[in-house]
Amino acid sequence: MQKIRVIIAKPGLDGHDRGAKVIARALRDAGMEVIYTGLRQTPEQIVAAALQEDADAIGLSILSGAHMHICPRVMELLREKGLPDVLVVVGGIIPDVDIPKLNDIGIKGIFLPGTPMQEIVDFINRNTRSRVGA
Amino acid sequence: MKIASPATDAARPRRGSFTTISGRPVRELYTPQDIGSLDYRRDLGDPGAFPYTRGIHPTGYRGKLWTMRQFAGFGTPEETNARYKQLLKAGGTGLSVAFDLPTLMGRDPDHELSRGEVGKCGVNVASLADMETLFDGIDLADITTSMTINSPASMIFAMYLVVAEKQGARWDRLSGTIQNDILKEFIAQKEYIYPPRPSMRLITDVFAFCGERVPRWNTISISGYHIREAGATAAQELAFTLRDGIEYVQYGVDAGLDVDAFAPRLSFFFNAHSDFFEEIAKYRAARRIWAHVMRDRFKAADPRSWQLRFHTQTAGVSLTAQQPYNNVVRTALQAMAAVLGGTQSLHTNSLDEALALPTEDAATLALRTQQIIAHETGVADVVDPLGGSYFIEKLTSELEEEALGYFDTIDRMGGMVAAIEKGYPQREIAESAYKFQQAVEERDKIIVGVNEFVADEQTPIGTLYIDESAEERQLAGLERLRGTRDNARVHTCLAALKGGAQGTANTMPLLVDAVRAYATVGEMCDALREVWGEYEETPII
Repeated sequence: MQKIRVIIAKPGLDGHDRGAKVIARALRDAGMEVIYTGLRQTPEQIVAAALQEDADAIGLSILSGAHMHICPRVMELLREKGLPDVLVVVGGIIPDVDIPKLNDIGIKGIFLPGTPMQEIVDFINRNTRSRVGA
Repeated sequence: MKIASPATDAARPRRGSFTTISGRPVRELYTPQDIGSLDYRRDLGDPGAFPYTRGIHPTGYRGKLWTMRQFAGFGTPEETNARYKQLLKAGGTGLSVAFDLPTLMGRDPDHELSRGEVGKCGVNVASLADMETLFDGIDLADITTSMTINSPASMIFAMYLVVAEKQGARWDRLSGTIQNDILKEFIAQKEYIYPPRPSMRLITDVFAFCGERVPRWNTISISGYHIREAGATAAQELAFTLRDGIEYVQYGVDAGLDVDAFAPRLSFFFNAHSDFFEEIAKYRAARRIWAHVMRDRFKAADPRSWQLRFHTQTAGVSLTAQQPYNNVVRTALQAMAAVLGGTQSLHTNSLDEALALPTEDAATLALRTQQIIAHETGVADVVDPLGGSYFIEKLTSELEEEALGYFDTIDRMGGMVAAIEKGYPQREIAESAYKFQQAVEERDKIIVGVNEFVADEQTPIGTLYIDESAEERQLAGLERLRGTRDNARVHTCLAALKGGAQGTANTMPLLVDAVRAYATVGEMCDALREVWGEYEETPII
């Protein structure tokens, strides 16, 4: 079976990467192919990495409050580059009021502090199946 | 029929193994045998006496309580100035500035990378004009201020000095702290700009400058806080922080400074996590290790160089978004550990910080928590009240031993800068973080409200929401500044700064000149980027 390919990225200026690294490792342990981009990636760099790596999913770790600036840009670029079916999930500190706004632009997987790793693994498995063809 | 004896049931352990939050095994009972090898005078000493295990002040908190210093900053300098005045009115006894990410990363608000980040995680300060507003109506001669700033620490400190000067406050009377700890940025928090070696030079420049001009200023706050938040165990926090301290002292000595001329102004910053006794033991071990390092390794002669002074913040990472009121209780217990460990100053987190920056009400409750500990519980009335406890003394010795083991490993690698370049502490921390997360998933470690005692319904709480208006106001202010200041003078100062950085001049006076000309944080940092380049890490997962 083809492995699910996931880009884990930390956009913005923030350097708190504990969550991104723990998730990257959990996804890898769950049998996915994980590409961690490292810190301070622009939406352009993240989408370019998704294209180059033929990613099935992108996980964005954002704690700084910049999600309403970063997420719409990532979604827009994915459409522009012809990658509208790449699953985008977000983990971090996202105020309640912003969750429907992120849902509206096509981000359904939003994981707040305290989410079990397995829940994220399951969500990505479930929502990339059509693409990976398992 | 078999009848269970109640006595036997009660004696059966609740779990297969008992470990601290760091995974350290603990036994059910500690006895005099556990401290048989300890010598009171040699290993503990009275409070105020070498090796300061029991504290650096003979009378503990009887003379002066710890400083209640609440970290705060958001949006524009005007908004944060109002929050400071409110905290001081509520009985806060020191200020602590939280800067936003653009400021921390040395970028002006109009830089591409700053978009969406201005004023979000702290206050935005782009130039002296913002710093003047931030401290408007606050007498800098009269208050102590801590500033959490690292890569651009010298630039922000220069701004503080110029604001103080404009208020008529003498530099040699100013007191406060700049974090200025770049090593833990490479290790844990990752807010670095320049490569390690020129970064270390900025820091030794501050040591030298303050020794002569601002002698009461804490030139650095060597921080374990962020190392712990990134996932380190208590022993790793202790070991990496103090080993960072050794590195700074070594660089200072190598830069030609007399150890006793700068060591008394080094300060430390630790986490207060949830494992109560382990934390108390950590602070006690830290004092004992540092006293020996400074006296025996660096041959410091001034007792003030031997004394480890520290700030503590409760563990942000322990706060949960679920059932946020539980966070009040967590924070109170963590704060109690810090006080029993003899902290010099303390920040208590607000209950809403897993969700957002704190509201005014939440920040006030966090401060009240400290006031209750100080004035109602009696714990501040006796120095090191847990000293002599078989368990506490044994834990203190175990943590010390583990930290010294890490020192040996790092020394063999050629020091902390070399170890960082090899990714050693980063890898150790990532490993511990993953192990802890697995323990939580397996419910080997319980987090109330997260993996046990989960509530079906969440109680919503009001949180602070920072919109884009702060960014717009800061952008407008910056544009105005660039249009009205003497740009030729700015240019001259920045050229002088670059020249100094290329040579061996102390960068601090050059930065003070640039600040006086209203050069921005981004412009000053860019000048040094041109000379030193930027650091990029190899990510380790």
